[in-house]
Amino acid sequence: MASEVEKKAVFDIDSAKEVVQELRASFVAGKTKDYEWRRTQLKAMLKLMDENEPQIVAALRDDLSKPELESSIYEIAMLKNSCKLALKKMKHWMMPEKAKTSLATFPSSAEIVSEPLGVVLVISAWNYPFLLSLDPVIGAIAAGNAIVLKPSEISPATASLLAKLVANYMDSSCIKVVEGAVPETTALLEQKWDKIMYTGNGRIARIVMAAAAKHLTPVVLELGGKCPVIVDSGINLQVATRRIIAGKWGCNNGQACISPDYIITTKDYAVELVRLPVYVYICNLVLFNLSSQALFILQVDSFKCELELFYGKNPLESKDLSRVVNSNHFARLLKLLDEDKVSSKIVYGGERDKSNLKIAPTVLLDVPQDSLIMNEEIFGPLLPIITIDKVEDSFDLITSGTKPLAAYMFTNNKKLKEKFVEKVSAGGLVINDTTVHLAEPTLPFGGVGDSGMGAYHGKFSFDTFSHKKAVLYRSFAGDAPLRYPPYTNGKLRLLKSLLGGSILGIIRALMGWSKA
Amino acid sequence: MLSSMEKSIAELRETFKNGGTKSISWRKSQLKALLQLINQNEDSIFKALDQDLGKSPVESYRDEVGVLKKSVTYTLSCLEKWVAPKKAEVPLLFFPAKAEVMPQPLGVVLIFSSWNFPFTLALDPLIGAISAGNTVLLKPSDLAPACMSFLVETIPKYLDNKAVKVLAGGADIGERLLQLKWDKIFFTGSPRVGRLVMAAAAKHLTPVTLELGGKSPAIVDTLSTTPSKAKVTAKRIVGGKWGPCTGQACIAIDYVLVEEKLASTLIELLKKTIKRFYGENIKSLKNISRIVNKHQFQRLVNLLKDPNVADSIVYGGSVDEEKLVIEPTILLDPPLDSEIMSEEIFGPLLPIITLKNIEESIDFINSKSNPLVIYAFTEDDTFKKRILSETSSGTVTFNDSMVQYRYSI
Repeated sequence: MASEVEKKAVFDIDSAKEVVQELRASFVAGKTKDYEWRRTQLKAMLKLMDENEPQIVAALRDDLSKPELESSIYEIAMLKNSCKLALKKMKHWMMPEKAKTSLATFPSSAEIVSEPLGVVLVISAWNYPFLLSLDPVIGAIAAGNAIVLKPSEISPATASLLAKLVANYMDSSCIKVVEGAVPETTALLEQKWDKIMYTGNGRIARIVMAAAAKHLTPVVLELGGKCPVIVDSGINLQVATRRIIAGKWGCNNGQACISPDYIITTKDYAVELVRLPVYVYICNLVLFNLSSQALFILQVDSFKCELELFYGKNPLESKDLSRVVNSNHFARLLKLLDEDKVSSKIVYGGERDKSNLKIAPTVLLDVPQDSLIMNEEIFGPLLPIITIDKVEDSFDLITSGTKPLAAYMFTNNKKLKEKFVEKVSAGGLVINDTTVHLAEPTLPFGGVGDSGMGAYHGKFSFDTFSHKKAVLYRSFAGDAPLRYPPYTNGKLRLLKSLLGGSILGIIRALMGWSKA
Repeated sequence: MLSSMEKSIAELRETFKNGGTKSISWRKSQLKALLQLINQNEDSIFKALDQDLGKSPVESYRDEVGVLKKSVTYTLSCLEKWVAPKKAEVPLLFFPAKAEVMPQPLGVVLIFSSWNFPFTLALDPLIGAISAGNTVLLKPSDLAPACMSFLVETIPKYLDNKAVKVLAGGADIGERLLQLKWDKIFFTGSPRVGRLVMAAAAKHLTPVTLELGGKSPAIVDTLSTTPSKAKVTAKRIVGGKWGPCTGQACIAIDYVLVEEKLASTLIELLKKTIKRFYGENIKSLKNISRIVNKHQFQRLVNLLKDPNVADSIVYGGSVDEEKLVIEPTILLDPPLDSEIMSEEIFGPLLPIITLKNIEESIDFINSKSNPLVIYAFTEDDTFKKRILSETSSGTVTFNDSMVQYRYSI
């Protein structure tokens, strides 16, 4: 134990250098390029998960009080799928892609070859500490790289477990886990990597990118933002509410980069709330025919109803909600909630339990635009509802802020859907649901603007950790003298038509050239 | 000056926000206008390139005007396809959902171009930025001043001033531009400045594309095949070294690797070809660009100052400071630790490094940082495969030079 502590205490610049040197030697020796090696590592990762699911669930419970279902499905099962997909498709992904060639280089052939970048650094986050650590690693392995994984110290149980399991199951001459906090991360960032992938917040992302700039290291930054949900009228309100709840409180209690952050919906009615009987929700047809005023009230009430169904009358005691990760974040969230002009806007929830780091699912109505809660990513169980005059106004509201990682819209109006897709710029958009695009490996998962750069999942992971090398094969035949000096007007004419690609032009020029 | 710069950028942001650059018809109109600009000003472009770099019309057409025309035409023909959303498969679990990936413009883009291909490196990225629906600020290099002036004066006459702006100036203007927030920065130039650009971009989390350089080697393994192939090899090496801006190109051949028993054959072939293409000596030099300015001239002359390097010159070596000309120069086995073998040459000096066995070229290349291109003249398929899998570079071209850029799709 003492030597372990010692080891951790001295992970400095020299240790980081040594780690990179060792991995580089493994890479240069060709270990990670070999298809069989990549297959073995991915299979080992599957075995790691199969044989340790209870331990993983336990670590996530320690770090986040994450409900077992969320751990099993959103971390382990998703990761297994990612691994299986890579195993199935990797050979195909590794094949060179043929590229078209033009008349100007005839005769030649061309292809794009995927090659590993080399030694890559993956820095992951605390909220999905298992998934966000190993999912990028899957991509990096499939692409043939050597890897250092630096899990977040804010989820220490999972970080330790990862260090232990990766060392036991995977090839430690090519894949290493480095635990630690700011000093260790800084030491790692001083080194030259062939790619860095960082998942986290914008402040640290700037530090990561600045460090990468010194070595011209390309980066993928998976950040966040305020993911809005636009709720239109004329929809199945019950389904919409449930999907919003699942995406908000069902995803680590709102502590997820793609959790719905706030709702935008229409107002042309009073703010007074009227309690309506629950049975109204059963008949969706009735909902469509109700006045917009009642619909609006129904939305808030819809939340109240469904939240109570999901989490009971005492949500602070519900086992189906993660806790707030630590006291820093707890204090941060209370600051958002207890701001003067905000605390009076709570329409549901607001209860807190400091000793257990729990805040109940809380819905707020019409908080001021300049409040703290509307100006930073919430990343917690608080859901403000902002009202506007007409649905179209929501687009301007969203585009006036920074580009989020995701944006959601619930509507049956085709024109509105088109406008939403056209006008709103975000990493990913989902219509009539929330967060599920994460599970879609054929869609690139990543941000834009302040929500990040680069993307991964599925083949995008393989591509992100590969260099796409352009290769042109030329033959010695057909060596056109017009490329070389001495430069004559005839050659200029012929060159013009050759680059223009027109056969007639070439013939004309050739005839002209032969006259010259 | 600062406030007018910020005003320009604010206008670009406003134009983008108002959707001025989104429609396909706008993008197409700009691309067509760019084509018109090039077609109607060919002579002025040739003149500016001759003034700044001594480029002849054939070189200017082949490497700048022709490349750009092809790029615009190709983009126009593919634009609708590129802009369309691409369907993505959805697993059964999500039935009946549909999914697609949709390209969206980033916003306001900053393009820094370099001095050696002042038209191509400014306008080719511009073509990409416009076709993707962005507004653009283009900052051409002031080291090619006639070309920069031409762009500053002519672009506003053809393109939408509210969406595409050109800013003249030197490094200080570049620095000020880098303080501001952009949605993307596209930079072509040296790794040193590339680092500064990326560090500045990091403050705003701006994604960057950096087109840099390196020491692009040519591996020569074909001299022992037929004489005609050997001749073609020599022509392509000469054309790939001194053809593009007298070696001042990111993808110019930097140095050659050849087996020692074939070195003298290669050198003889190269000498003959150089004389035929460019003239017998420095006084009768033609069909070749000059060095861009005194600073670069001095840098190159200094590479030859090392006595061990000077001793290794087997052809050329003469310089004309007044005309900023250095004749095509070949060196045989200069010391591997000399500056000429550790820095990107970016000029008309060609070191030839001999090896006992051509396969050693792979380790030699790997001992240096990844080049932009590896050129390999070989017909040995096994060797080709080894080069592809055991080296890393931006591109690999077999049995030719330069064409992968000029005629690439």
